[in-house]
This record gives sequence, structure tokens and C-alpha cells, in this order.
Amino acid sequence: MPSKVSSDKKKNAVIKCDSVYKIFGDNAKKMLQKSNGNVDAKEFQDAGCVVGVNSASFEVYEGEMLVVMGLSGSGKSTLLRCISRLTDTTAGNIYIDGKDLLALSDKELINLRRNKMGMVFQSFALLPHKTVLENIAFPLQVKGNSTKDSMNRALEMAKLVGLDGRENYFPRQLSGGQQQRVGIARSLAVEPDIWFLDEPFSALDPLIRKEMQDEFLRLQGVLNKTILFVTHDFDEALRLADRIAIMKDGIIEQIDTPANIVLNPATEYVAKFTREVPREKVLNCESVMDEIGDLADSDMSQLRVSKDAIIETVCEAVLSEQKPVAVVDKNDKVVGALHCSKVIHMLFGTK
Amino acid sequence: MNYITEHPKLSQFAVLLAVFFLLYFNINPADGIFWRLPSLLTDLPRIVNDSVDFLMFEWWPIEIYDPEIEEYEETALLKEITRSFSRSILFCIELIREILLGGVKTIVAFTDWDFVEENEWARLPAMPWTVVAAGGILIGYALKGKGLALLVAFATIYISSFGQWEPAMETLSFVLIAAPISFILGLLLGVFAYKNRTTEAILMPLLNVAQTMPHFSYLVPVMVFFGIGDHAGAIATIIFATPPMIRLTLLGLKKVSPEVLDAGMMSGCRNFQLLYKVLIPTARRDILIGVNQVIMQCLAMAVIASFIGAKGLGFNLLLALNQLRIGQALELGICIVLIAVVLDKLSLAWANKQTDYFADLPFMQRHKYSLFFGVIFITGIVLAYIGSFIFKDGINYLYLIPHNKGITTENFWQAGVDWIWDTFFFSLKAFNESLIQDVLMPMKAAYLAMPVVATFALVMGVGYIIGGIRSALIVGALLLYIALTDWWDRALITAYMTTFGVIVSVIIGITVGSLCAQNSLATKVILLVCDTFQTFPSFIYLIPVIMLFGVTDTSVLIAVIVYATIPATRYTVEGLGSVPPSLQDAGSMSGVSRLQRWVKIELPLAFPHIMLGINQTVVFALFMVIIGAMIGTDDLGQYILKALSDKQGTGNGLLLGLCVAFIGLAVDHLINTWAKKRKEDLGIA
Ligand SMILES: Nc1ncnc2c1ncn2[C@@H]1O[C@H](COP(=O)(O)OP(=O)(O)OP(=O)(O)O)[C@@H](O)[C@H]1O
Ligand SMILES: [Mg+2]
Repeated sequence: MPSKVSSDKKKNAVIKCDSVYKIFGDNAKKMLQKSNGNVDAKEFQDAGCVVGVNSASFEVYEGEMLVVMGLSGSGKSTLLRCISRLTDTTAGNIYIDGKDLLALSDKELINLRRNKMGMVFQSFALLPHKTVLENIAFPLQVKGNSTKDSMNRALEMAKLVGLDGRENYFPRQLSGGQQQRVGIARSLAVEPDIWFLDEPFSALDPLIRKEMQDEFLRLQGVLNKTILFVTHDFDEALRLADRIAIMKDGIIEQIDTPANIVLNPATEYVAKFTREVPREKVLNCESVMDEIGDLADSDMSQLRVSKDAIIETVCEAVLSEQKPVAVVDKNDKVVGALHCSKVIHMLFGTK
Repeated sequence: MNYITEHPKLSQFAVLLAVFFLLYFNINPADGIFWRLPSLLTDLPRIVNDSVDFLMFEWWPIEIYDPEIEEYEETALLKEITRSFSRSILFCIELIREILLGGVKTIVAFTDWDFVEENEWARLPAMPWTVVAAGGILIGYALKGKGLALLVAFATIYISSFGQWEPAMETLSFVLIAAPISFILGLLLGVFAYKNRTTEAILMPLLNVAQTMPHFSYLVPVMVFFGIGDHAGAIATIIFATPPMIRLTLLGLKKVSPEVLDAGMMSGCRNFQLLYKVLIPTARRDILIGVNQVIMQCLAMAVIASFIGAKGLGFNLLLALNQLRIGQALELGICIVLIAVVLDKLSLAWANKQTDYFADLPFMQRHKYSLFFGVIFITGIVLAYIGSFIFKDGINYLYLIPHNKGITTENFWQAGVDWIWDTFFFSLKAFNESLIQDVLMPMKAAYLAMPVVATFALVMGVGYIIGGIRSALIVGALLLYIALTDWWDRALITAYMTTFGVIVSVIIGITVGSLCAQNSLATKVILLVCDTFQTFPSFIYLIPVIMLFGVTDTSVLIAVIVYATIPATRYTVEGLGSVPPSLQDAGSMSGVSRLQRWVKIELPLAFPHIMLGINQTVVFALFMVIIGAMIGTDDLGQYILKALSDKQGTGNGLLLGLCVAFIGLAVDHLINTWAKKRKEDLGIA
């Protein structure tokens, strides 16, 4: 399970976006200046401009996984490309570790990419002429590491993603899932702090996708990186996210924890977007539990559940208990009680 | 009536044809400007000559110190530039040549003639042919394994045992310079065009013209700027071999997916790293086709470059052809083909070579090929030394088999030719004569009797029907240039020969292609045959036809047909192969017979692709018709050939070349426009 950032710890913003705009088109800059920051997608379209990202402001904290969601064309990839500076933003500021990304010189940018950033692409984007090993070692060799070191490191990475034994295959000889593992290994080879993943699993079939998500969670459990993850699969988002950002026409409609997004949608669009989402997959025990009140210890069952546990994962156990179940925090202190009726209502209720 | 409204293009064509014939039969030589346009461009060749002369000998005078007369001399800048360029190319060629064959020129370049004459030892000895051959075999083995080693072995042994070692190494030395330069130049320009839109926009039309200009027409300007000799041959070759390389590089780079580019950037590539570690390797498929093209062009130019002084197999082949020594020409032709195939395969294997990173090998293992070559080198020299005792009669077969002292099958071929002549003399002669009398002569006369307005009406009309007013104007402008030169009649003759060749090639190509496409084995075989034939430099085709038909138009035309049938066949097979199987099944399920399926489903769908093949056929046919001038024709080619021996030939050569190029471009434009539209209509763009 992804490690939840506890709210009481001091948050350290690794990525900070400050009203970032990306508008495609020849006279985008002029149009933006004229509109004074209030960009209307329709209006811009009539003028021959396409809005990619519209006034995005948010922060991503250290060790956090932010999942960016939205329909096709809502600007998810564009946002990612802005933060990795693969495209130049039209306006706004981006800070990486407090440093102004857009003010970096080419050399500094290259250094940043060589040491701090890794990216996994939707269509894998492997170099067809290089073997698995060479592909993984590529960022290291580009950096100027010695062949021997890079190859040893690449071998390690290949093992990490479960590709040992296939080091000398060419991309064309691998299945989609295997190719994406190469992509993941390559992006991790330089031990980046920030990890961008642009729909890394969407080209895979459901079975392999599930497998890759598990793999990904395992890796994140080991590596604990700051992650920006793009997907348009809500299930995937729920499995992975600490926080979810929902985009529409380039605007970030809401950015919040999965539970809050489902329980308190900020806009009509988000509400529509999350309507079909099964509650038990999103909500944790804390959000459904009641006060302990005057319940005595003897009135409660022996079972203890963590307040961060998602309902889906505990409901079977809770429902098979006769008495209310105690909800505990990290220090095993009881903070609330979970009643079966509440759980049943949530699972089958009409709400 | 319905039919006409349903097929508006057909009725347009009918009207066009009616107009054409009306003009054709009602205008005669007395009608002045309608019959032939005045040659307004007569002075153009002279103007070109004068400007070239000016550029070369007068423009931007500079002072150059001449060490021999110990004085400053005034010369033109361009002349000095081209001269030093020639010198450096020549030096490289000589260097490789003398490593392979021995000599003194490289040493002279650093000292002087007196020094070499005084010091007997100061000359490079030739490497024994055994060393070169074994070295080649070793490279083949190291790159690809036994198969390639065998191929190299066969080629080298063939070449040396037929006594063609020296000319072959001369040719090789010049190819080894021209090919890499063309490759690098093409790659650079291709990359540049990829990075910069303006460059691409400027380069594209130039490439179009360059690739349709006949080889010969480059020779005169090269001669004027760079003189005569191996370097001039190499430069002409480079000019000819670079355009396809540029085009293919650009094509390949454009196909690289943007995500791969992003991946390269995110890996932290610097600009240059992005280029040579990501872009170029990812585009390697097309770039390698470019390399193959470069090598083919280099060897195709071997003969043609010998017109301006390139030594080697090409020169000998030209001599043999001129003396009608068919057997010898054949042997030489095979040598050239072998060199082409070997170089092509070696470069391919080199590009596909993989490295093993974890083999932690000891010194001996790591350098085994270099060490092995050392052994070969010493063994070869020792053998050659021993050979000097064995072969007392002056020819040391273990050192170098001198020119024409090897085995030869010439007599056999000559006897074969004689036998064919004796046996089939009458039938061949009858065929030849009837073809000339009954088909070619009337056709030629008909072309020449075409009034210029009729030609314009026809060509521009077709342009209008296919691509609207724009196409009509483009082909009209191309045609107008030819019509205003002195050579309209010559161009008509070229057109007639090309038309004849194309029609026959297309009929054969589509028939053979369609038949072979029915069966997957036959498909493979025919594609292999096409590949093989395509590696033969164009003039090779002249050898067997002269054998059979002597020096006549028939020979040229048959060479044209054989050569131009290749693309027609290939594109037919490919086009039919790319018809989606679902459509074929749909056809079968609706109960069509095989023939119906071919006519109603496959052919219409494959036709746009086949048309592109026909486009290639036209270009191939044009080139062959021009090369046919070596046998003797009376079209544009012959005039280009004449320009070669004319001191003032630059203008004529270039402008004649443009005539040929414009014919090719006009056809190219029409067919491409049509194919593009048709593909869009069919939804297979
Ligand atoms: N290079 C470009 N030039 C012009 N418009 C672009 C460019 N790249 C993206 N766009 C436009 O920007 C908008 C956002 O595109 P983006 O690729 O970010 O969408 P996305 O959310 O990643 O969609 P998907 O889920 O399909 O990947 C789209 O309307 C797209 O057409
Ligand atoms: Mg996207």
C-alpha cells in the first residue's frame, strides 16, 4: 500500500507549480496577455489556439504520489511535459526543490534530468536498436559513466523489474509488459528523486496491467520516490494515489485525497466523474467510524483495524464480527468504533 | 450517357484525346510556331559556359605564392579552392591505392620526385593479394560469421584469378573514398534538413532535379571545375550518390516517434548526444537503405566516371564494350557486381554488430582479430617471398596476378556469341529488323511528326485532369523549357524510346508480378530476383544485349526493358501483397472467381502503389535510354555524350541533363499527384 503522508509531519514541496499555462498556437502569448489569466478554452479555440494546461497551481510533497486524471485531451501529458520541461510553458512558474525550473540554463536542465528526474512513457519509447541492457544503461552512458559501471547498474535494475535472463533481447522481441518494465528500469537507472509516469500501463491488457501495478507498488514501497502519475483509469488511481488531481480542458478541477474527492467533489464535473466509483474502494475506516462515546471495552470485538485501512480491505472481517470494531491509529490507540450497520449501509446503501 | 456522367474524368480524357488528334493531324511543319517553338534558349549554354569560366578563372582574384618560380601569382579564388579540394581527394585515393597496390605518389606528396628517384627504397610495396583477400575474409568473419567470410572469399578469389586484381583495387580505392564522403555528406545534410525547415524546402526541389539528371550530364561541369582524373570521378560519384542518402536520412528521421525523442531528452542527452545516440540509430533502417544506395551508385558510376579519367574496372569495361569483347566485359561486370555486393553486405553487418559487455576477456581474446591479421600479414608476405622462387617466369602468382594474366573465359563467351550468331543469325536478324522496320521506325516518325501545340495540349490536359490548374502549369513549365531549347526533336526521340520501354516493361512487370503474387514462395523468389538485379550497375545490362543484337536501337531498348521491368514487378508484387486479407476474404465469400478477384478487388486497390512502381520504371527507363548513348542512339543522350568531349560542353551538358530531368519530373509529378489522390479516395493513404 502506498505510504500515506501524515498530515502532521512538515510537508516539503518537491514540485511546486504556480499558475502554469500552456497554450499551443502561434499567438498564444499575446492572447494570454490579453485575457489577463482568465482563459476560456472556446474563445481560444476560435482564435486557432489549443489550451493544454490552464492555470495549474499545486504542490507535490516529498515521497508523495500524485495521480493526475482526466479524459483524453484534458492536458495530463502536457502538464507532465511542462514540469519536465519537455515543452516550454506559455506562462507561470515551476519550482523543483525550490529552484526555478524555467530559469535553468540548458546545462543545468540536463544535469537535473540526468540526476533527479526519470520518466516512463505510454508507448514505452525504447530505443529499437539497443538491447534491454543497453536501453536501461542508456541514461547512465549519456551521463558519461564508464561502460562497466553502467552495465552493472543496468543489470541490477533489470533484476529489480524482473527481466533477468532477457538482458540481451531487443525491444521487438519482448511483450508489451516486458517492454514497459524496461522503460521503468531505464527511468530508475539514475536513481531519480522525481518520477514521472505518463499512462505507463494503458497500452497493456488488464491482466498484465494488474501485475504491473502490483510490481509498481512493490517498487515504490522500496524506493519511496516523489511521483507524478498520469492515468485515466480510476481503479488504477485509487490503488496508487496519495492524492488525485482531476483535470478538464486543462484546468485542475480538484486536487485532494481519494476519499475527499469522492465525498466532497468540488465541482459538478468532479462529481460526475466520481459518481460511478465504488465508495468502499475509496473510503478508509476513519471516515466512516463513530466516536467511541460510552462504549465499554467489553462491548467491542477483539478485532482492531487501522484508521487508514480502506473499507474494501477490511469489510469482510468487520462484517463477520458481532460487536463494533475498534479503529486504532499508528500508536495502537483506539480512536473510534466501526459499526457493521454503517459498513453495510455504505456497501449497499442507495447513496 | 449515364456512363459519361458517372465517370467525368473519362469523358474529359476522351475530349482531350480528340483535341490532341485534331491538332496532330491538322498542323504541319508549315505552321511555324504551332509546329515547333522557336529555340529562344539557344544562347543559354554559352551564357552558362561564360559564367562558369568567369567564376572559375576571374572571379575574386587572390595572390598565391608559387614556390617554384618564387613569386606571387594571381589566380581566381574558386580555382584555388577546387584545386586544393581535388588534391586532397586525390591524395586520399592514392593513399589507399598504394596501400593496396604499392606506388610512390604518396611518398612524393611529402618529399619530391628527386628524393624518390635517388632512394630506391622510398616506395610503398604492394600488399600481396593474399593478404588483402584474407584480411577481407577476416573482416567478413568478424562481422557476421562464416557466410559473409565465404562471400568475401569467393569475390576476392574470383577477382584475382581472373587477373582483375589491379583494376579492382583501383576501383575499390576510389569507392572507399567516395562512399564514406557521400555517406557523411548525405547524413549531415539530411540531419540539417530535419532540423531546419527552410533548408528542407530549398533542398527538396534540388534533390528532385539531381536524382532525375542523367549521370553523364554531371561529368562536364565536374571536369571544368576539378579537371580529369580519379578525383574527378570520385567527385562526380559523390555528387550522384549523396542525394538519395540525404533523402533517406530525412525520411528516416521524420519517422522517429516524438516519444523516443522525449525519452532521449529525459535521459539527459545533450543536443549532439540526442542526434547520434537517439535519432540516427533509431532511423537506422532508412539510413542503411541509404548506405546501400550510396554503394550501388558508387559502383554504377565506376564506368561512367571513367569518362573523366577514373581508372579501374569501369575503364576496362568501357574499353571492352567499345571493342565488343563481350566475354571480357562480362567478367569485368561480374567483378563490379561482386565488389558492390561485398561492400553492401559488409557495411550492413558492421551496422548491425553487437557488443558483449560482460565478456571479460584476456588480451589475446580481445585482440584476436588484430593478432590474427598480423599473422595473415606475415604469412602472406612470406608466401609471396617464397613465390618469387617458385614462379621464375616473372609472374609471382602469390604476390600479384597482373592484369589479364589470370584465367579467362573470354574465348568461351566469344564462342558462345559466335554460336548464337551462327545458329540464330537469321531469326535474330529478322526479329531485329522487323522490330525496327515495323514498330520502332513508325513510332519514332509518329513522335517526330507531333506538333508542339499538340504535345502541350496533351501533357497539360492530362495535368489538368489529374491535378487541376496547378499541375497543368507545372508540367507545362517543365515542357516549355525543353521546347525552347534546340533539342526538342532529340527529346521527342528520348521520349519515344522511353515510352516504348515503359509500355513493354509495365506489361511484363504487372503480368509477372501478378502471377508471382498468387503464391508466397513465388513472391519471395521474385523479390529476391528483383533485389539481385537491382544491385547490378545499370550499364551491365548493355553487355548481354549487345551480344545478341549488336549495336542497334533494339539492344538499347531491350536493356531498357530488362532494367525498367524490375521496379514495375517489385511494386506490383508489393502492392498486391498489401491488399488487406479481410477484403480478399470478403471477395471470396461473395463468390468471385480468381480472375474476377484480381480484376475487381486486388488490382484496383493495389493500383496506386503499382503506379508508383511505374513512376520508378519511367525514371529507370530514362536513365537507361541515356546510357544507351554508349551504344549509339540519336537522342538527348548522344548529345550529352558529345558534350563530354567538348571543351565548351558545360552548358550543353547541364542544360541537356535538365531536359532529361524535366521529362522525368513531369511524369513524376503527374503520377505522384494521381497516386496520392487515388489513395485518399480509397482510404489507404
Ligand atoms: N504539440 C501540440 N500542438 C498542439 N496541440 C497540442 C500539442 N500537444 C497537445 N496538444 C493539445 O493539447 C491538449 C491536451 O493534450 P494532452 O496530450 O496533454 O492530453 P492528455 O490528457 O494527455 O490526453 P490522453 O489521455 O489522450 O493522452 C489536446 O487538446 C491536444 O490536442
Ligand atoms: Mg497523454
